[in-house]
Amino acid sequence: MRARVFVTLKPSVFDPQGTIVTDALHTLGYDAVKNVRQGKYFELEIDAGSEEEARRLALEAADKLLANTVIESYRVEVESSTERSVP
Amino acid sequence: MKFAIVVFPGSNCDHDAYHATKHVLGQEAAFVWHKDTSLQGADVVILPGGFAHGDYLRTGAVARFSPIMPAVQRFAEAGGPVLGICNGFQVLLEAGLLPGAMLRNRSIRFQCEHVVVKVECTDTPFTSRCSPDQLLRIPIAHGEGNYYAEPEIVEQLEARRQVIFRYATASGAVTPEANPNGSVRNIAGLCNERRNVVGMMPHPERACELAIGSADGLLLLESAVHSVGQGTFVTTP
Repeated sequence: MRARVFVTLKPSVFDPQGTIVTDALHTLGYDAVKNVRQGKYFELEIDAGSEEEARRLALEAADKLLANTVIESYRVEVESSTERSVP
Repeated sequence: MKFAIVVFPGSNCDHDAYHATKHVLGQEAAFVWHKDTSLQGADVVILPGGFAHGDYLRTGAVARFSPIMPAVQRFAEAGGPVLGICNGFQVLLEAGLLPGAMLRNRSIRFQCEHVVVKVECTDTPFTSRCSPDQLLRIPIAHGEGNYYAEPEIVEQLEARRQVIFRYATASGAVTPEANPNGSVRNIAGLCNERRNVVGMMPHPERACELAIGSADGLLLLESAVHSVGQGTFVTTP
């Protein structure tokens, strides 16, 4: 089973990297892009009996290691093997 | 008196800390590998600078789960003096031994330069030989030293006098211009509530001999020797 974990800086935390990326996009003419927040994306291959168990493990991993909850928040999506799209 | 210097894979200021404590200060010093589980009876623990585990994921995020860390935690909880320098400070933050977190420098650049820090409090094991408001010239070398904590936590740090060092100008003014990385309130170093655990971004171990530019950092290590010698900040069983 695959879990996707998205880690982003909390809205109240200044994101210097996102600011630089925003500036770069403006330099390229993408003035319509008003703001960029940079984050991290993880794909976890999990050996779990159910989607619920996979979700629980992914949430625990995110809370313990993948995110620093002082500055970051996280979101988990679980994709069961039957849902996986065929390339 | 014995200093334990924890070595993580990727630590690169461990030898500087060893040299400063052993050869300059003339104390006993020992390297402790991160996979060890004992601090070898040390009186003071130093978590040195570097890039532990490549700083992958986040600075200090993997190192905080090293097998040696429970021993560091117990040593800190027993009142023993712990100094986290640069990456060591980041490890202490990730481990929750100090509050807050580090963000990328405001500049997005790796800042490597001598800075001036102002000593805010002298009642810690690493500042007991400093004078209040003393200015120290110590180098920094980091990409993620932009200290951040929630506003309530910052207020609490101020109220409890846990801010130990602030970036300042050569004349001692704490200004935005003197702030090299964007740290909230110019915080360069802080301590825990019990005051025995200190984390700082500047590198005192790199400023222990005039031949390499400054000996101001030696005062911090001398403070540790003094504090332990006085019987303050020693581990209680």
